Amino acid sequence: MSFMPVILWSDALVFLLLAAGVASAWYIRRHEHLLLPWRRVGKSSVALVSLLVLSLFLLTGLLDTLHFRVALPQTNGAEKVYSPEVLSVFDKLVTPLRTHNEKTYSEPFALTLYAKESMTDAQGNIVREYPRLRYGGVHLADASQRGADVLQRGLFGGLAGLAIAALLVSLAKRRIRQRAVFAAILIVAPVIGAFLNLASVYHVLGTDKVGQDVLYLSLKSIRTGLIIGTVTTLVTLPLALFLGTAAGYFRGWVDDVIQYLYTVLSSIPSVLLIAAAVLMMQVTIDTHPQWFDTAASRADLRLVFLCLILGVTSWTGLCRLLRGETLKLREMEYIQAAQSFGVSSVRILARHIMPNVMHIVLISLVMDFSALVLAEAVLSYVGVGVDPSMISFGTMINAARLEMGREPMVWWALASAFGFMLVLVLAANLFADAVRDAFDPRLNRTELGA
Amino acid sequence: MIAYLIRRILYAVPILIGVNLLTFALFFVVNTPDDMARMQLGIKRVTPEAIEKWKQQRGYDKPLLVNRAANGTNKFTETIFWRKSAGMFVFDFGYSDDERSISREITARMWPSLAIALPTFLVGLFVYVSFALLMTLFRATALDMAGVALCVLLMSVSSLFYIIGGQFLVSKLWNLVPISGYAGGTDSFKFVVLPIVIGVMGGIGSSSRWYRTIFLEEIGKDYVRTARAKGLSELRVLFTHVLKNAMIPILTGVVVVIPLLFMGSLLTESFFGIPGLGSYTIDAINAQDFSIVRAMVFLGSVLYIVGLILTDISYTLVDPRVRLQ
Repeated sequence: MSFMPVILWSDALVFLLLAAGVASAWYIRRHEHLLLPWRRVGKSSVALVSLLVLSLFLLTGLLDTLHFRVALPQTNGAEKVYSPEVLSVFDKLVTPLRTHNEKTYSEPFALTLYAKESMTDAQGNIVREYPRLRYGGVHLADASQRGADVLQRGLFGGLAGLAIAALLVSLAKRRIRQRAVFAAILIVAPVIGAFLNLASVYHVLGTDKVGQDVLYLSLKSIRTGLIIGTVTTLVTLPLALFLGTAAGYFRGWVDDVIQYLYTVLSSIPSVLLIAAAVLMMQVTIDTHPQWFDTAASRADLRLVFLCLILGVTSWTGLCRLLRGETLKLREMEYIQAAQSFGVSSVRILARHIMPNVMHIVLISLVMDFSALVLAEAVLSYVGVGVDPSMISFGTMINAARLEMGREPMVWWALASAFGFMLVLVLAANLFADAVRDAFDPRLNRTELGA
Repeated sequence: MIAYLIRRILYAVPILIGVNLLTFALFFVVNTPDDMARMQLGIKRVTPEAIEKWKQQRGYDKPLLVNRAANGTNKFTETIFWRKSAGMFVFDFGYSDDERSISREITARMWPSLAIALPTFLVGLFVYVSFALLMTLFRATALDMAGVALCVLLMSVSSLFYIIGGQFLVSKLWNLVPISGYAGGTDSFKFVVLPIVIGVMGGIGSSSRWYRTIFLEEIGKDYVRTARAKGLSELRVLFTHVLKNAMIPILTGVVVVIPLLFMGSLLTESFFGIPGLGSYTIDAINAQDFSIVRAMVFLGSVLYIVGLILTDISYTLVDPRVRLQ
């Protein structure tokens, strides 16, 4: 089966970010003074555990970023035609989850649908019954066997996970000393193993209104959340860094102009500015349908625009911080020495100022990440978030919210969206705290040097 | 001080002009009124006549900035910019798409917004500061650590969860208050109490942690040591000395949002069906009523600037060393 790789806009930006991340990691590795604060991060077991969780999310997101289109079975001699559906490597890995669609809602581990339907029984009478699911638990004869089966499969998967975890721990033992990390691996791996083993025959987190597996939706949402949280950085970082340091260093009219710019932007309540910008973007997208060849590329461009807009509304805080710090730095002796040697302003900014404000940039970026992930859900609820066809925590919550009034309640979609979001944001928050503690020079440290 | 205030208000003018130009560019230049008409009337099968009619009804059939066909000052007043944007400086917001006066809607709807937002703000401030003071009192003990951990956990939960969870638990399961709705007068209590509690809950994590850092920064200063050396109890030190001195950083974040309370909260109001400005904005966003969104953007920035000025004034009230000149 042949396929055509597809690089959506957001994919390209993710690859760009990844390249930048790898490059800076490589650069930091070779400079001991830059490595020092990261060593401090590495000493915190909370940071390492949250990093472990974050990297699992990141892995899912990255696999979900490698997109392609499968070639349709072709008739003889005809030109090769690709399916309009854009898939990702992640989709391919979890094909059963993606394709095992039921008719409508079903509870987690259910064998039957959520609502009764009219059916004809063996005698030809019409009865109201809960119909069996097409995929969930079809290997079982009836519900009485389910408990034992779930337990058995869960245990088996968990044990397999535990074995892999034990292997990992014994490999990593020499490099990592924190016990908490081993404990985390020993907890996380069996859970993943159990989920994997159960998900192939059950809908572990139930199905949604159109019968899609909620676990699949939750895992797909991860990429959207991560992109909102990270790609936005590509906008905020250059704007805040260049404008902030320039305003602080040059002062005078440059400072006035830049200050004016960010005061105007920050004086508009951000939700309203985002709403206005997204509404306008929506008009542009809707009046130019010819720009997009697939529905995915349209939804994707909307996502990229959303990141752009979020970036434009959120660079002002960081810019103000950097301006203040630069104002302080420019009076330092080493800057004055550079000036008296005749070093050009651009060079002073690049060589002497920017490296010395990087800790502020880094702290602010990791702190913003979780806020952005949370903001996505809110914006999608307000109606100015991602495209409704794009799977995200916001769209999941939005769809499930309307079913709150049902009896019995459809709680699983909401619970999984909130649960996944909580784990992601909590890990990000804890990691951000550790990074801030390690990089903030205001915190006095007893031990200097590693 | 009067001179300072006048200067601050004059400073606000160029910023508001900037906001106005920005919204103007966003709403009329990025997309022409033709695009908006096509969007509102449906993308396909729109006749040019229908677009013209739509624009004429809403007054969008004029040139953007300069009307070459008109004479004298009309060259500038018979334009979209003058008609739609400049009027906002005197709070003339024009009419929404369903032909109601936006200004009248705003004056009517800000009271329900305020009924939720003001108690949320006051109760919230009290709860956050008390919680933060408690954590500071027990600093570096297991209690403090548990408090911080709780804060991090609470701030990692989506605000949507607080609202949905609260509605489910209190209104649906326990049947204590109605799920949503609003009534004026004394009846309003049962409608506003849940939104207020949820609003306060939603902010505990980040705010308490923030205040805790402020207090911890204060507590390392010399005057605290002096106060302790005088033999004051730790409670006394915290509540009278530290709290008073921490007022400036607290006020910086707090006073600026007071005028914005009028705008209400988008989420709370739409979930609880409160007929305030927040739900007004959300309805406008969903109906793609651009004139309302534009009006709210402008109103929001005016209130923000008022908040900044109030912040400066509040500094003089809590710290006699601050003089505004």
